Amino acid sequence: MSAPLWIVIGAGSAMARAFARRKAAESARLLLVGRDSADLERTAQDVILRGAEGAEVLTLDLRHLDLAPLLLAAEAAIGTVSVGIFAGSMPPQEDIEAEPDKLAGVVTDNFTAAATILLALAPIMAERGGSVVGVSSVAGDRGRVGNHVYGSAKAGFQTFLSGHRNRMARVGVHVMTVKPGFVDTAMTWGLDGLFLVARPEDVARDIDRGLAKGRNVIYTPWFWIGIMTIIRLVPERVFKRLSI
Amino acid sequence: MMLKTMRITGWGRVLAAEGQIARPDRAEPGGWPRGPAIGGLRAYGDAALNGAGPSVLMTRLDRCLDFDPETGRLRAEAGVTLSELLRIFAPRGFLPPVMPGTAHATLGGAIAADVHGKNHLGAGSFGLHVTALELADPDGRPTRIDAKSAPDLFRATLGGMGLTGPIITAELTLSRVSGGEMDVSERRIPDLDAFLAAFGETDAPYSVGWIDATASGGQLGRGILETARSVEGSPFAARGAPRKVPFDAPGFLLSAPVVRGFNAVYLSRVPKAGRTRRRPLEAFFFPLDSLAEWNRLYGAGGFHQFQCVVPTAAASKTLGTVLSRVAEAGLLSPLVVLKRLGSGRAGPLSFPMEGYTLAIDIPNRRGAADLVRRLCRDAVEGGGRIYFAKDALCPPDLIPEMYPELPAFRETVHRVDPQGVFETDLSRRLGLRG
Repeated sequence: MSAPLWIVIGAGSAMARAFARRKAAESARLLLVGRDSADLERTAQDVILRGAEGAEVLTLDLRHLDLAPLLLAAEAAIGTVSVGIFAGSMPPQEDIEAEPDKLAGVVTDNFTAAATILLALAPIMAERGGSVVGVSSVAGDRGRVGNHVYGSAKAGFQTFLSGHRNRMARVGVHVMTVKPGFVDTAMTWGLDGLFLVARPEDVARDIDRGLAKGRNVIYTPWFWIGIMTIIRLVPERVFKRLSI
Repeated sequence: MMLKTMRITGWGRVLAAEGQIARPDRAEPGGWPRGPAIGGLRAYGDAALNGAGPSVLMTRLDRCLDFDPETGRLRAEAGVTLSELLRIFAPRGFLPPVMPGTAHATLGGAIAADVHGKNHLGAGSFGLHVTALELADPDGRPTRIDAKSAPDLFRATLGGMGLTGPIITAELTLSRVSGGEMDVSERRIPDLDAFLAAFGETDAPYSVGWIDATASGGQLGRGILETARSVEGSPFAARGAPRKVPFDAPGFLLSAPVVRGFNAVYLSRVPKAGRTRRRPLEAFFFPLDSLAEWNRLYGAGGFHQFQCVVPTAAASKTLGTVLSRVAEAGLLSPLVVLKRLGSGRAGPLSFPMEGYTLAIDIPNRRGAADLVRRLCRDAVEGGGRIYFAKDALCPPDLIPEMYPELPAFRETVHRVDPQGVFETDLSRRLGLRG
């Protein structure tokens, strides 16, 4: 039996690295996809030493997608083909308000590039079987004054994942939406006002558990489901006065 | 690179610094702020603190890059913890060659403090197993060095407490281990001289002594000697998550009667005839790691750890004096450890010397600071030295006598870092750069 392939998009992030290490411990093969190939080569070495059957690196710029090499690599896999989407970007909301042209890039990084990749891989995945892990954010559950450009891009991604789940379930491919709260990554390091910050290793563990149970949508850490339920229930006329 | 302003403390929680800290994910020092590196924050005093500028927290640079199962040669990023190395490589028959008392230390930290373990007599210090280093210079350029290409800088970095710049990656030789368990023998030792003699008699590769510091008079220095050897072919078991100390303990926990009672029970666990038990590797090497944040047991005021080494000839007299002073002061804790050290040391500021090392936890109460300073003088008078990774209080004027190679170290450090961007609170307090 050949080792399952996991394609990790945005493999330079701390959450992706933690997830790739878990898959390495299960002897999966890994395709690490991101911008900084020198850095990803180091992660590839690391996951091989941690038990991965193999690890390769593919450079991909989400803003200028060239999907051919990715599709070739997926085609070449012998076993199942699974994808984890960990890519994203979160520039400060004020910067985007000052330069509205930046919005398109944020939407690309957090939504459209990922959705394009999933659409392109869908036929191969339908044939081979596999799973999709789509990392969104609790920020996608409601538009807040502080980061609604990022939040709306993630909301778009979540809605896409919901439909993609519906489509792929018919061919036996499971699609899981992951909504992390605050995670201790380079993206949040040094930001003010964070609380209950989770470790990337714990998020990766929650993702694995969700996959094993066939969950459709998970919040991680779990208590964010309560926080977001409350935040979603606040009526708009009240919510618009809040600055949470 | 984003800096986070945060208050960090040494493991003893007495010294603290408001630090400006970067935590890179990528091994490209050009983008890091110019400052010293921080590892697992397991040094007790101010070795990892820098209140005067930025620091670089290395814990996310934790990837293993290359391993040769024939030779045990490993290249890894400096932020990987010894615990991870143990977890990854022990099942393949390899261990970090030297293990300090905690597995939460990073590879870079173990090199910077040139740590020693329970096998020092045979294995020497950690730095002796390091074959090459990649260092960031004050302009953020990475340079690979080894004992041939830059002998002074290479040696000065081993045990150099980070003053030669952040270690980005290190190459070292892991040692072979034949099983995941150890046969650990324990026996009671009646007094200090018997202890020193017992260390000389054992041929086990690993040995460590626990001392009941509440004993005095003819029983001064009594305790338990643990010796161990690994068991060939024994299984490797994953360790469960540690229990955690949930809050700062109240002061009475370490009052004299409680410590006396604890020590009496601890001593009597071991039958008079001694015993041998089979223990997992980690339980033997890192007994304290099974309790996360155990430093909170000393309460909000924190604690000091005094650790000195003295030459064999002076050990009985000097360590006897030290133990008597501690018992008299009544500043007791159950954590007192005696080990034999060999001559193996890697750099000019390395701690080990041929002799005996004694480590004593001292709760930070009235009189503790004066006591520790007095003990530092005792160590120097005995021809010994104190350990920078533990120190928070040593009088700076004692350092040149303790570390005779200090002038050569200073010369190297001034050459590679003329501006002092890698200064730490420790180096400023003790004047290590001169």
